[in-house]
Amino acid sequence: METLIEPLSFAFFQKGLLVATLSGALLGFIGVYIVLRGMSYIGHGLSHAIFGGYAAMQLFAVQFYVLGAGLWGIASAIAITTVARRGRVGADAAIGVITTASFALGVALFSKFGSSGPAFDQALFGSILGITNSQIIWLVVVMLIAGAFVLLRYRELLFTTFDPEVAQASGIRVVRVEAMLMIVLSLSILVTLTVIGVTLVAAMLVIPAVIARMLTDSFGRMLGISTVVGLACGLIGMYLSYYAGVPSGTMIVLVGAVAFLVVFAVTGIRGRERAAGVDEHSGPRATISA
Amino acid sequence: MTSAGLIDLASVSAGYGRTTVLHDVSLSIDSTAFSGIVGPSGAGKTTLLRVLLGLIKPSSGTRTTAPSLRVAYVPQLETVDWKFPVTVFECVLMARTEHRFWPWPSAQERQAVAAVLDRLGIADLADRHIRELSGGQQQRMFLARALLREPQVLLLDEPTSGVDINTRHDVLHLLGDLHNDGMAIILTTHDLNGMAAHLPHLVCVNGHVVAEGAPRDVIVPSVLEETFGARLEVLQHLGMPIVVDGAYSTREAT
Repeated sequence: METLIEPLSFAFFQKGLLVATLSGALLGFIGVYIVLRGMSYIGHGLSHAIFGGYAAMQLFAVQFYVLGAGLWGIASAIAITTVARRGRVGADAAIGVITTASFALGVALFSKFGSSGPAFDQALFGSILGITNSQIIWLVVVMLIAGAFVLLRYRELLFTTFDPEVAQASGIRVVRVEAMLMIVLSLSILVTLTVIGVTLVAAMLVIPAVIARMLTDSFGRMLGISTVVGLACGLIGMYLSYYAGVPSGTMIVLVGAVAFLVVFAVTGIRGRERAAGVDEHSGPRATISA
Repeated sequence: MTSAGLIDLASVSAGYGRTTVLHDVSLSIDSTAFSGIVGPSGAGKTTLLRVLLGLIKPSSGTRTTAPSLRVAYVPQLETVDWKFPVTVFECVLMARTEHRFWPWPSAQERQAVAAVLDRLGIADLADRHIRELSGGQQQRMFLARALLREPQVLLLDEPTSGVDINTRHDVLHLLGDLHNDGMAIILTTHDLNGMAAHLPHLVCVNGHVVAEGAPRDVIVPSVLEETFGARLEVLQHLGMPIVVDGAYSTREAT
């Protein structure tokens, strides 16, 4: 018990624990749609793209860098889906070019001008140092946006994720729903970036969702389980990070990886069969003409 | 079919990118339609279906629909992600895209799903994962989802491909019942004998509409040769045209 209470005497840990737990829940929640749409690589790419915006915006408009990086991320997301949808460049190639170029720009800017925010390695692997109240507020706001989006568009999101063509034929504006999902994804990555880290955010989008998929055949239950698993990874990972003295993001992802292995072993063949079809694609399905 | 129907195509050409798959198609679907689009692989059957559904915009020509038209679409079983985590109930409920503030189903929606599953004889499978169904049951599930929309026009892409002969009969009978209830039905098929001869109206497609009309009028060697690019013989059996490959001897068959 002492082990759990002792770190809480530090204000920085309280904030870190709160942000890590909420971040895990948010990424677990939104990750279900990302994984089932075969967009894991987009999550990976977007976190790198947003890093570029994050670095650039710190230089040009320090007080608005969160907003600027968010807009940068959304612009990257729309650029990727537009290029991929037109089919001229494969989705993988589009993500590779757009996001790594943005990431490279971020690294260059960080190296040349330094950072007024977190240090370079902290941005890459996650840190709980220097979490501000405004960051917590941003995180809660994005959670509310993501929650409201899924609540109000639940069936449209499910239908377009399962079968975009039939959804479109049934009167759902698939392109609009996808664009809204990409915006929510960009915002989710942005507000969780500092604690989880640029290079590790994608893992937290994928791991809880895959664990949940191995445990259930129902979409509704998968959404709930994935959120709880993400939350638990954030909570447990944060404590382990404190005691092990390693960056928060790395420990949160490692807890997720261990949980994955345990569920993989426990659920046996059934779990493996369920997870086998998850994320077989690597880009948005370009079947709908915009 | 008469003009000013539920869906009208006038001189429509359509395709993907710079490739035009369908040329100059004029077609009218009215409320009495029960029609099969037949043709070989790559002839543009599915493209025509997608144009009718509004999924592909014509590169030239026009598509017009009746005001507030309700359509439902049953996709090919082969195109479905069967590992997706949904139960039969969740899948059928997708048809009701509008929901109250809370996404979970109302009592009325639960009853509606149960009723349509019951009508299709799969009520006991509601909580099963979609992968656990047989081909025929999967087809019924998608029919249930389509019927829950209470459509005026039902379009089906190869509804009998990949299902056994009993299911094929069941599906055809069910579609016949729905047609008798006043639903317009359009389906694609490459199975001339199994399906086409049972439908009252056929549209033969091979990049363009080769012919359309009653089976006895379009299942004739000249139309079949232009549609399928091969010589096919037509025999009459119990008043129904039967197509045999040209390689067979007509002397033997008669």
